[in-house]
Amino acid sequence: MATSGSLLFVERSARVYRRTWRGSVISTFMNPVLYLLAMGLGLGSLVDDGGGTTQLDFDYLTFLAPGLLAAATMMTAAGESLYPVMAGMKWNKYYHDALATPISIRNLVVGHFGWVAIRILFTAVVFTGVMVAFGTISPATALLVLPPSVLGGMAFAGPISAYAAQLENETGLSSLFRFVITPLFLFSGTFFPIEQLPDWMVPVAYVTPLWHAVETTRGLALGIETAWAPALHYAVLIVFLVVGAIIADRLFHRRLHV
Amino acid sequence: MAEPLVRAADLTKRFGDFTAVDSVDFTVEPGEVFGFLGPNGAGKSSTMKMIGAVSPVTEGLLTVFGLDPATDGAAIRARLGSVPQENLLDTELTVFENLFIYGRYFDLPKAVIRERIEELLAFAHLEDRAEDLVDPLSGGMKRRLTIARSLINQPELILLDEPTTGLDPQARHALWDRLYRLKRQGVTLIVTTHYMDEAEQLCDRLVVMDNGQIVAEGSPRSLIERFATRDVVELRFPVDAEVAERDLAGLAQRIESLPDRSLLYTDNADDTLVRLTERPFPIESTLVRRSTLEDVFLRLTGRSLID
Repeated sequence: MATSGSLLFVERSARVYRRTWRGSVISTFMNPVLYLLAMGLGLGSLVDDGGGTTQLDFDYLTFLAPGLLAAATMMTAAGESLYPVMAGMKWNKYYHDALATPISIRNLVVGHFGWVAIRILFTAVVFTGVMVAFGTISPATALLVLPPSVLGGMAFAGPISAYAAQLENETGLSSLFRFVITPLFLFSGTFFPIEQLPDWMVPVAYVTPLWHAVETTRGLALGIETAWAPALHYAVLIVFLVVGAIIADRLFHRRLHV
Repeated sequence: MAEPLVRAADLTKRFGDFTAVDSVDFTVEPGEVFGFLGPNGAGKSSTMKMIGAVSPVTEGLLTVFGLDPATDGAAIRARLGSVPQENLLDTELTVFENLFIYGRYFDLPKAVIRERIEELLAFAHLEDRAEDLVDPLSGGMKRRLTIARSLINQPELILLDEPTTGLDPQARHALWDRLYRLKRQGVTLIVTTHYMDEAEQLCDRLVVMDNGQIVAEGSPRSLIERFATRDVVELRFPVDAEVAERDLAGLAQRIESLPDRSLLYTDNADDTLVRLTERPFPIESTLVRRSTLEDVFLRLTGRSLID
């Protein structure tokens, strides 16, 4: 039976990953451990002593962990959607390579998103495993938070892939981190509820996918109510993914079908 | 007579306002080695990319294996081997993995790919480098790997875009030998080149392209007969000598002055040499040779190929 071209392209990514998985596994595992130690336990003891627990209803570590999980899937999405896409178009040119075979541009797009989803799932599984080890969630709850955290990452993969597909040089890569990813990481409810932000910044959080991912992930992890109805949060994330993917598909075609 | 493998009629490729390929017609028959000869920017690579079903046709008709690249691109590419001008090797993978993944793109079973990789590594003389990443390989090795990789699906038609550019003479001859072997197995080859000797050695038939158009078509021999004389006398003058073209008038049927030498096209070199001794100007060196495709090229495009 014929394997779909998209799946064959995922196979290529998996093979490249086989060369680099050690480094990736270590950072995927070390990131949550370090953040939870430093922010959750270190900073958290101050927060808890200062009365943060009464305001949050949870100790800070427990509150913070699901927010960091959502942020971690965003980081993985950015990492897998920026450099690899630009490399495929411009540097290593492995897209051009594949296109000389029966693989189509649509296969590249679908295969790319498929692989990013696998990598995000991997990040989320490792992260929730660490959360279980730190005792912030139960193993059953860990399974429950996987879907929203993966969807949250994919909501970034769509637009970021589209962004990368039209970049001409690598300065665009670091500016995305500097001006988008890092501010989102800090101000989307990851470390503290967005109600703590100045009033004018709150609506900004509403239009970024990370806040919705944090809300849904944290809601399920802690068993608390989300700011909006969960269906609304999910809808925003799905719109980001779908619209981003459609634009990415257009831009891939424009760039590669010349 | 068999259906041509490739048929192009009024084939045109435009990038914005720029016309890269301007209404060309040609056919490639099964089993032949067909060449596109021309300077950089003549439209050879653009034509190759359209045949390879990776670049869409702007206007005109193109069929490959009787199929339309616009609608049957994947089916065409499944039967093609492609050696692009730039070695598009996956630098994140080893030599073996490059071949393996490429085979997988064709959805070949893994066992079949492994078997073929063994042959292809021998073909490319890269048996010892199978587990190495491709980046440290020399230019010649990368070229051989790219060509070996294009054979993984046992293609009926191979597109070679400047296959030997950047190779040393030994590597070029070794490669020609391999291409001959493929031809003997009945594989059709389409080659672009700006090496005249390569075109003369390899091609059964070729077209000369210039500015997106085909300016001549035929076998290397017939092109030389049609567009050049039997012999060429090459003259070099001392640096300070000022010899104008009119000083050479009457010595040969046609005279071409290049920056470094003058070419005298004649059907009788002996006669030209005798009359040359009667002229007053100093000559540094004289070389008599048979006409080549390069002379055809100079005649047709009015410039040297080394640009």
